[in-house]
Amino acid sequence: MTTLIQAFAALPPVAGHGPWPRRMVDETIWEGLAEWLSNGHGTFLSLWGDSEAVHMALLDAPEGVSVASLACRPGRFFPSVGALHPPAIRFERAVRDLSGQIPFDAPDARPWLDHSQPYAFLASEGEGLHQIPVGPVHAGIIEPGHFRFTCNGETIVRLEARLGYVHKGVEALMTGANLERAALLAGRCSGDSTVAYAIAFSRAVEAAGGLKIPERAHWLRALMAELERLANHLGDIGAVCNDAAFALMLAHCSVLREKVLRACAACFGHRLMMDLVAPGGVRADLDGEAAWRLQELMASIRAAFPQLVELYDSTTSLQDRTVGTGVLKPELARQYGAGGFVGRASGRAFDARRALPYPPYDRLRFSIPVLTEGDVNARVWIRIKDVEQSLGLIEQILERLPTGDIFAEPTAITGEGFAMVEGFRGDVLVWVRVKNGLVERCHLRDPSWLQWPLLEAAIQGNIVADFPLCNKSFNCSYSGHDL
Amino acid sequence: MRKLLFQTVAKKPLTEPTPVADDPELLALAQKLKQKIDATFAGSLAIRAVDAGSCNGCELEIHALNNPLYDLERFGLKFVASPRHADVLLVTGPVTQNMREALQRTYDATPAPKWVVAMGACAGDGGVFAESPDCLGGVEKVVPVDLFIPGCPPTPLTLIKGFLALVGA
Repeated sequence: MTTLIQAFAALPPVAGHGPWPRRMVDETIWEGLAEWLSNGHGTFLSLWGDSEAVHMALLDAPEGVSVASLACRPGRFFPSVGALHPPAIRFERAVRDLSGQIPFDAPDARPWLDHSQPYAFLASEGEGLHQIPVGPVHAGIIEPGHFRFTCNGETIVRLEARLGYVHKGVEALMTGANLERAALLAGRCSGDSTVAYAIAFSRAVEAAGGLKIPERAHWLRALMAELERLANHLGDIGAVCNDAAFALMLAHCSVLREKVLRACAACFGHRLMMDLVAPGGVRADLDGEAAWRLQELMASIRAAFPQLVELYDSTTSLQDRTVGTGVLKPELARQYGAGGFVGRASGRAFDARRALPYPPYDRLRFSIPVLTEGDVNARVWIRIKDVEQSLGLIEQILERLPTGDIFAEPTAITGEGFAMVEGFRGDVLVWVRVKNGLVERCHLRDPSWLQWPLLEAAIQGNIVADFPLCNKSFNCSYSGHDL
Repeated sequence: MRKLLFQTVAKKPLTEPTPVADDPELLALAQKLKQKIDATFAGSLAIRAVDAGSCNGCELEIHALNNPLYDLERFGLKFVASPRHADVLLVTGPVTQNMREALQRTYDATPAPKWVVAMGACAGDGGVFAESPDCLGGVEKVVPVDLFIPGCPPTPLTLIKGFLALVGA
């Protein structure tokens, strides 16, 4: 297999694609790459359609990121990657729905994001089995999706999720949009990760045009990204505990989260920091008073958070619910390239800030917490440790924030760019082709694409009552996935 | 845990003073509704949230309403798990083609009298997704809307003001 990767790496890169290479491949190499992935090498990142071609992004083939592009056969057919490597299956179903390329020999030919036809759920048959259909409208205040449980008594024997309810056609709207409008759309793929998406989109555009942005803009982007991570993790830690009927943690964590959002509104003018990052830099600067306010915020969280961690760790009734529940095996996390707390609670030590470093993270001190237990408790602990890391990062950024401009106006950019940015739930990937400042094709991949299928595996053998707990501990995005 | 509970009891409540509606347009609309609602309820509303294609930004701010600083329930406003128990549907998102039927069925499942509040720019006219063939472009395309609360997303304070105007507090 090494020879195949060498042959792939030896192909000439397509001109105007940055910062990593894109290569045109033939069907032999395309299928070889699928087999290479299925043998446990590298990591599948994404697969998307583009007029008469399909593109596949890979990690560590042989190093960093690379994109393989295949011109489809007449009739827009291409050999299925999912047939050999299951993580690609849902991507191929979506490609067919969104841009019309058809994987042949695909193991699952059902539509995915297109709901215009009746849907056939997978069969689950056996003595004593019953089904529980849930959603798309749920009892709580969460996004819509359908979960089909097949159970034996209280025990779940199969969960099949059907997603796509919040499919808004983001990628289609991107085509023909100018950079300003495209950035608004990117920032609304998943509202909780609006900063991460805006940074990923901006970095992809800047890579396409070879645009250098002011140093201070990089640091302010990281500051916003860490504040977003902090707010989301605080919300999640409380919400997971609340789903185990321990409302006290939710009350305290939600106060801390609210403090972060109010500080964001005071410093940058928007609670979720929407539309503040754009190709060229950032749209809002931080003055001295705002920096002081953030320092105060860090101090107040540092004072309050350890008590909450102690409360979580010493409440046996809560631990009884989270320890050993919803275990995701490390092999599956690795196979699917699961990012964020889902991957890192199951031994996959990947963080885009470290693995594919972008400024200013290459100059900041932080560690990447990893655990191997893979249960709800481990996913909570990764968040707790992430909170501590983010607090440290924010303090370093405030201390060392360089002076200067915050925006460099992008001129009519032409080219292809790729970016991976670590959002709170994992790596957000954006690929873009821009011509004279207009987007021709943009693909946005939420980390949830590679986490949703794993929830179905982790829940097996658990009881129905533990599903909300497991689901919240994964906290996959519906909107980011459905596009 | 005992230490933390004791601290909570010893401290002043975190819940903040009641905000006052200050947007004349919102106030005028809400006033009309108030008369109808007053006749039926005594200042209490059961709200069912429906995400009809939101980016999840609106849901984050709905969640914030339940934190101790806003504490929505003190006003007699509470979120319920079933449309059967609801007086108000709080709808977010531009209404995707894939959520049209679910929204319609949720509305139909809500017993009359009922009101619909469209929350956020997308629910108003589709927002940034207005031109998408995968979206209908606003809640009004599917069910009648009684009150629109603007913002992207509306802040918790704007939401409370809208709801309070609705119940006439």
